[in-house]
Amino acid sequence: MKLVIVKYNAGNIQSVMYALERIGVEAVVTDDHEQIRAADKVIFPGVGEANSAMRYLNQRRLDELLKNLNQPVLGVCLGMQLMCKHSEENDTECLGIFDENVKHFSPVDVSVKVPQIGWNNIYDLKTGLFKDVPDNSYCYFVHGFYAALGEHTIAITDYVQSYSSALHKNNFYGVQFHPEKSAAVGEKILKNFLEL
Amino acid sequence: MLTKRIIPCLDIKDGRTVKGTNFVDLRDAGDPVELGALYAQQGADELVFLDITATVEKRKTLAQLVNKIAHKINIPFTVGGGISSVEDVSVLLQNGADKISVNTAAFKRPALIRELEKDFGSQCVVLAIDTKKEEDDEWYVYLNGGRTKTEVRCVDWAKQAFDLGVGEILLTSMNHDGTKQGFAHDITSALSSTLPVPVIASGGGGTMQHFVDVFERGRADAALAASIFHFKEIGIADLKAYLSDHNVHVRR
Repeated sequence: MKLVIVKYNAGNIQSVMYALERIGVEAVVTDDHEQIRAADKVIFPGVGEANSAMRYLNQRRLDELLKNLNQPVLGVCLGMQLMCKHSEENDTECLGIFDENVKHFSPVDVSVKVPQIGWNNIYDLKTGLFKDVPDNSYCYFVHGFYAALGEHTIAITDYVQSYSSALHKNNFYGVQFHPEKSAAVGEKILKNFLEL
Repeated sequence: MLTKRIIPCLDIKDGRTVKGTNFVDLRDAGDPVELGALYAQQGADELVFLDITATVEKRKTLAQLVNKIAHKINIPFTVGGGISSVEDVSVLLQNGADKISVNTAAFKRPALIRELEKDFGSQCVVLAIDTKKEEDDEWYVYLNGGRTKTEVRCVDWAKQAFDLGVGEILLTSMNHDGTKQGFAHDITSALSSTLPVPVIASGGGGTMQHFVDVFERGRADAALAASIFHFKEIGIADLKAYLSDHNVHVRR
């Protein structure tokens, strides 16, 4: 199986690669159009800021490429948010694969910290991505923006309000949490993705 | 619901873990990679690795160690100790660290925080503060691993650092560190209830009840400890069961 991690100006790519190594899979990190198109599976990771990430993707025409992929694609964290329609983070037009919009956490209570950092539970799990993952499993999150609930929601998490901790449409999947840092649960989800 | 985090801290010297009492009298507690992986398996929520002998010559060694850790463990980890530039941080993040912590260098040159926030995002910038309550009942910032006193109050420095872009604060009470008499609730709560970033309490955890107290009374978002875990005085799974029984929400 040819597994590609999309290389762009976002952090955390190394961690995803190491997590895949731990479950026995080698991935190629590349921004080469041909290699991405030819891959069996594509992971679109990311920690960073939406606007500069989208600009980078536009400049390299990776935006059009990603939208038109037919193999299973998994967006992680910022990767998932970029697959949505629009992000409030610096008013950014995103890829529009998912219809959901990305908003900023705005807690009324000042003791609620933003960004959310830490382990939170995921529930109402749908699709094979969560095969054998128990409801309310804990995953590791680091984010100040969230995707609203919508028709493509396949996992829900509560922080400030309920939001989409995972999305799915056709061959596209996205998770807000970091499976590469979510211990055994995260490894199971990555394995499930590889088996889709 | 977001959980409270338990974070074992591994002090590193020459590639091995050590833990001092009140920052002196070091004892050897094993190989950091193996120990880190064991803690991850036992249910630690994150790990912190502090290189207490970080010098320019050792930088490369630390990066190699970080790379080994990143390959092996499946939970987030922070690396600190002697970090003073964007280049230092870049090397550690490229080798797989999730966050870095800055202390003395950030105090001496606060612009470092803004530079790190701009290049890497606040989510990976942890400010470590060593603080001590003096006879005037005020908490002051100490530098260089607790050896150098400053005249700056802990709350003022924490607020300034938040404004510059730190994403989390790792607060160590020197009065409590190594005593096993409980965490410093007053200063932990003072920071946690006024700053919109998570506060990791450190120093003084000796019993499981101390952890309940620091989450409830200290309003900490996470609690960090070292020797009680290294010397198996408290098991992480037992600690989490105890916290759960006392209505502290934790990942199990």
